[in-house]
Amino acid sequence: MEDADQGRERQGGLELIIGARSPRRWQDALFRRTTQLFAALVLALLLSIIVALAIAAAPALQAFGLGFFVTDAWNPVTKQFGALAPLYGTAVTSVIALLIGVPVSFGIALFLTEMCPVALKRPLGTAVELLAAIPSIIYGMWGLFVFAPFFADHVQPVLQRFLGELWLVGPLFQGAANGLGILTAGIILAVMVIPFIASVMRDVFEVVPPVLKESAYGIGCTTWEVVRNIVLPYTRIGVIGGIMLGLGRALGETMAVTFVIGNAYRIRASLFEPGNSIASALANEFNEAADPVHRGALMSLGLVLFVLTVIVLAASRFLIARLSLGEGRQT
Amino acid sequence: MMTAAEEPGSARSARIPTRRYRRRLLLNRFNLAMSLATMAFGMLFLFWIVAVLVQNGYSALSPALFTKMTPPPGSSGGLLNAIIGSLLIVGAATFISTPIGILAGIYLAEFGRDGWLARATRFINDILLSAPSIILGLFVYTIVVLPSQHFSGWAGSLALALIAIPVVVRTTENMLRLVPSSMREAAVALGAPMWKVIVMVTLKAARGGVVTGILLAIARMSGETAPLMFTALNNQFWSADMNGPMANLPVVIFQFAMSPFDDWKALAWAAALLITLAVLGLNILARTVFRQRAMR
Repeated sequence: MEDADQGRERQGGLELIIGARSPRRWQDALFRRTTQLFAALVLALLLSIIVALAIAAAPALQAFGLGFFVTDAWNPVTKQFGALAPLYGTAVTSVIALLIGVPVSFGIALFLTEMCPVALKRPLGTAVELLAAIPSIIYGMWGLFVFAPFFADHVQPVLQRFLGELWLVGPLFQGAANGLGILTAGIILAVMVIPFIASVMRDVFEVVPPVLKESAYGIGCTTWEVVRNIVLPYTRIGVIGGIMLGLGRALGETMAVTFVIGNAYRIRASLFEPGNSIASALANEFNEAADPVHRGALMSLGLVLFVLTVIVLAASRFLIARLSLGEGRQT
Repeated sequence: MMTAAEEPGSARSARIPTRRYRRRLLLNRFNLAMSLATMAFGMLFLFWIVAVLVQNGYSALSPALFTKMTPPPGSSGGLLNAIIGSLLIVGAATFISTPIGILAGIYLAEFGRDGWLARATRFINDILLSAPSIILGLFVYTIVVLPSQHFSGWAGSLALALIAIPVVVRTTENMLRLVPSSMREAAVALGAPMWKVIVMVTLKAARGGVVTGILLAIARMSGETAPLMFTALNNQFWSADMNGPMANLPVVIFQFAMSPFDDWKALAWAAALLITLAVLGLNILARTVFRQRAMR
C-alpha cells in the first residue's frame, strides 16, 4: 500500500524534480516523514480510543454479556447494570432534537440562501454559527435555571391540555409538569444541533448550479417551487448528510443534557418524566464509581456511544462527500 | 408549476390570476414566512441565552472574582484559582495540539493529497471533529489517570488537545489548499528544498487562515467541561501544579450551579459569563479580523 501511495505522489511533478536534483534530499524526506507520522497519529487515535474503551469495558461486558443491552436495571448496590434506560434516553432525546431541529434548520438554510439580503448574509450566518459556539455547559445552566421553569409554567400545561387526552400520543404528555425531563432535554438539544445542520444545508444549497435555478425561475416558478423541485432534489444526499451530522452531535451531547434530563434510570411513556442519556449517566456517575464492575458498566456505555456516533458521523461524511463528487462530475 | 403549459398562449391568463396561480403564490409566501420565522426562532435563543447570562452574571461581577480563591459553601470568594487553572490547561493544550495539527494538515494538503493515508486520515479527522467530547475524557482517563493513579492538569490538557487537533488539521489543510500552486512552483524554481517551500512560502501565505483555526480551537476548548471532569477534576485551592488536580472554570460552573448555595450559584453565573464572553469574543475575532486578512 505504501508503494501505491508513493507512486501516486511521484506523478505530481514538483516532488519528482526536487527529488532528483536536491542535494539535501534527506531533509525533505525527514520533513515529509514527520508530517506523515502525525497524520498517521490522527488516524490511529480513533482506533486507540475504541481499543482502550473496550479493554476498560471488559469486566462489565464479561459479567453481563449481551444481556447488558436489554435489561433496564441499574443498581450500584446490588451490582446489577443494564444499558437499556440510558440507551432509550439517548435515542428519544435525539429523535426529539431532530424532529424539531431539522425543519428549523431547513428554514434557516432556505432563508440564508434564497431570501436574505446580501448585506445581511454574513452577519446572520455568523450569528447562527455563534449559536454553535456557546459552550454546552452554558446551555445547561440556562436550561436548568431559565428554560425549565418557563417550560413548566407556559408550555407543558398547554401541551397537556391539547395533546394529553389524544389517542396514542396522549400518554406522551402526561405526568408532573416540573420542566425537567426527556422532552426539555430534547428541545435544548434541538437548539444545539440547529447550527450544525443549518450550516451543512446552507453549504450544499449553495452548490446548486445557478443555471438550474435560473431556468426554473425563467419558466415562472416561485421561490418555493424552485427550492422544492430543483434545490432539494439536487442536494438530497447532502441534506441527509447534514441531518446525520446533527444526529451524531445530539447523541453525544453531554453537559446540557445532564443539567435538565433529571437523571433517573427509568423508561416511561411520558416525555415529561425524568430519564437519563448515556452521556449524562457518565457525567453524573463516573467519578463516584469505585467498584470495577460499576466503572466497567459505565465504560461499556461510553464504548457503545462512541461506536454509535462514529457510525452515524461516518455515514454523514460519506453522504456529503458523495454530493460534492456528483457536483464535480456535472460541471 | 406548469401553468403556462396548461393555458397556452392566452394573454388573459397572464393578467387575471387564476385560482391555481393564487394558491401557488400563497404557498410561496407562507413557506417563505415560515423560513423567516425559523431564522427568528434561532436568533431568539441566541439573544435569550446571552441576555440571561449578562443579567445574572453582571451582578456577580466584582474585583474579588479575580483576586480571591473559590470559597467553601456559605462564604464569599472569587474564581482566581479556576481562571488561572483554565488558562494553564487550555494554554498547554494549545501548545500540544498546534504543532501536531499543523504538521498533519501539511501532510494532507502538500504530500498525501489523494493517497490512501491522506484520504483515510481526512475521513477519520472529520469524524473526530464531531465525536462526543466526554468520550475523549474517558479515553484520557484510561490511558493517563488510571495508570498514574491521580488526576492532573496535564491529563486535562491532553484531553482538550485531542479535541483541538481535528479543528487545527482541518483549517490548516483547507487554508494550504487555497494557496495557488504558482507560488510553490516559483519557490521551487529558485532552488528551495520542499520543506523550505512549505514552511517559508506556503504556510506563510496561509498564516491568517491557520491562526483563525487555532483561535477557533482555543474557543472550542475553553468551554469544554465533560473531558475535564475525568481528567483535571477540580481543586478548591490555589494550585499551579499541572501534575495534580486543578481548578478550572467549566468544572467549577458545573459544581457550583448544581449546588444549593446562593453564593456558589452567583459565582457560577459570573464564571459562565466570563467563559461565554471569551468564547464568543474569540469566535468573532477569528471570523472577522483574521478571516479577512486570510483572504487578502
